[in-house]
Amino acid sequence: MKNRRYMLSFFILGMLVLAFLALNLCAGSVPVPLGSVLDILMGREADPVYQDIILKIRFPRTLAAAVLGGGLALSGYLLQTFFHNPIAGPFTLGISSGAKLVVALVMVSALSKSIQVSSLAMIGAAFAGALISMGFVLLMSRAMDNMSMLIVSGVMIGYICSAVTDFIVTFADDSNIVNLHNWSKGSFSGITWENVALMAVVTFVTAFFVFLMSKPISAYQMGEVYARNMGVNIRLFRVLLVFLSSVLSACVTAFAGPVSFVGIAVPHLVKSLFQTTKPLLMIPGCFLGGAVFCLLCDLLARVLLAPTELSISTVTAVFGAPIVIFIMIRRRKERAE
Amino acid sequence: MEEFYFCTEGLTVGYHGVPLIKNIEIRLKKGEILTLIGPNGAGKTTILKSIIRQLEPLSGVAWLDGREIQRLSGNAFSKKVSVVLTDRVRPELMTCEDVAAAGRYPYTGRFGRLSEEDWRIVQEAMELVHVGELRDRDFTKISDGQKQRVMLARAICQEPEIIVLDEPTSFLDIRYKLEFLSILQRMSRSRNLSVIMSLHELELAGRISDKLLCVKGDKVDRFGTPEEIFTPGYIAGLYEMTAGSYEERTGNLELEAVKKEPEIFVIAGNGSGTALFRRLQREGTAFAAGVLWENDLDCPSAKALASEVVLEKAFCRIRPEQIQRAKELIDSCKKVICTLDLEEAGEWMEELRELAGYARGMGKL
Repeated sequence: MKNRRYMLSFFILGMLVLAFLALNLCAGSVPVPLGSVLDILMGREADPVYQDIILKIRFPRTLAAAVLGGGLALSGYLLQTFFHNPIAGPFTLGISSGAKLVVALVMVSALSKSIQVSSLAMIGAAFAGALISMGFVLLMSRAMDNMSMLIVSGVMIGYICSAVTDFIVTFADDSNIVNLHNWSKGSFSGITWENVALMAVVTFVTAFFVFLMSKPISAYQMGEVYARNMGVNIRLFRVLLVFLSSVLSACVTAFAGPVSFVGIAVPHLVKSLFQTTKPLLMIPGCFLGGAVFCLLCDLLARVLLAPTELSISTVTAVFGAPIVIFIMIRRRKERAE
Repeated sequence: MEEFYFCTEGLTVGYHGVPLIKNIEIRLKKGEILTLIGPNGAGKTTILKSIIRQLEPLSGVAWLDGREIQRLSGNAFSKKVSVVLTDRVRPELMTCEDVAAAGRYPYTGRFGRLSEEDWRIVQEAMELVHVGELRDRDFTKISDGQKQRVMLARAICQEPEIIVLDEPTSFLDIRYKLEFLSILQRMSRSRNLSVIMSLHELELAGRISDKLLCVKGDKVDRFGTPEEIFTPGYIAGLYEMTAGSYEERTGNLELEAVKKEPEIFVIAGNGSGTALFRRLQREGTAFAAGVLWENDLDCPSAKALASEVVLEKAFCRIRPEQIQRAKELIDSCKKVICTLDLEEAGEWMEELRELAGYARGMGKL
């Protein structure tokens, strides 16, 4: 009975991923027929213009949206588990913004010396920024036991980091800064195959380790005290959780900038779909759900006002924010009961 | 050391390096039930947390089955010790069965999947605590009392040798309090399970426990069997009671007595007066009572509530001095109430009949 629901949920998510992959490849300012897309993917003869659009632009971008979306949702899921708070996420806790700040610093200083920054260095910088923000959040979570206050302070950290980033970007003198500006608002554009390969390796390896942790995560859902009684090494567990969620959100930020609300909305939707919180199901579920969510949002960002492109966060916020409000209202209701 | 299953030596516990309770010495055999009693904030929970390794002890050692608990691996420890705590758990979208099944964690593999055998044990544990019918209910939507029993089922699933509970009966009504403790008692007998818990209900603590640990201030005040602990006047001292009284032998609990010159004299006995004594206390009326034999059912409440009680030794004929004193009290009281059926009573009631006649003669009865 339950198993059928799980199988069906996975099937739906899998189908949605495939459908949106196809849609994202076809749709855009230059529509490409599905037949031509398939021809190109199969390596058959096709219109060279289409071939360039698909292989050089849309395909890497679509894959990036899927992989990063999955990573982002998973990162949100981990943070919600860690803080026992349904609206914790890399964006609300200021982790994305911290990563963004350090990446901007590195890029601006490298550009001023005309050094090309490698993708790996970007991830490193983003990871450093994510860890610094996470450190702040952890310090504050010690001082405050109220979880809403934790989110408020996370949002504040986010604003401070964004302000400093804007400041840096504004005063940096380079033509490349236009690019940086786009990136700092969040976007999947301009992703190369090299980027895709690196982000896929980082995200999949991290996600694999997260999956291996599903057993202690399930124990942790009952609360720290019970988890410890179950023999979970809480200190190590928390360090790993912080590390893995930071790697995931850093990877996303390095390539796509800060993307809001995916980390909160997706785990919640996936939970509702599966009607369970078992990590063994939630971890792959969140990954697939995040991929679907970001593919949809990136599609809308590209086609709604084509040829002008919206920033990805603009679209994710439109879908994500109402979900967050819904979660908070429902929580209040449950408290009142 | 060998004969004790769980013991502590010079255990000092506290938070952040500040000792709260020093030199705790516990000796517990397998299958015994130990209860921690003592005032709020005395540190019962701190001791329990140190025993279950939530807190590092500041000094001293705790031994479990001949091994230092701090040296046991997390997994080995979890197969020996399970806990039921007061922390509220709010698991999302988990059925009661899921929550109970969490107790199988130490026995599962890499991904925590439960085998047929595991599910059978979960089922058994849930039926043992009478929550079998709650299997598929959402854990967050059941009553506190039911939650507490599901948490006990979880702890039982863990197949521990010792179970540690922090105020397990707090949210339960009287039926489930007794049922809950009976389950623990049965398991301690049938599975040789040791139990360490804290309780606020002294009368229950005194009945179920093999050993009691009285925590007061920064030390363990007493450790021993209920017979050794519940000596007259001890509980009032342990809890620093300022109002009301507790009678250790019977567990009789009374509110503060009205301390004034008595207005009413009650001729009571055989348990017939207790309800009246309590009503007078509620109304704020001071009263005297007599003549009561020391072994009378009315004696504990009379002693706790009356301004004065005229007593006679148990199994003795009432002596003239006692009657004399009772008459003096009747003289000073405005009214006399007799709760005994003096006509039905036996011949040793002769003196009480005389007393009632005296009161009637004065128009007070």
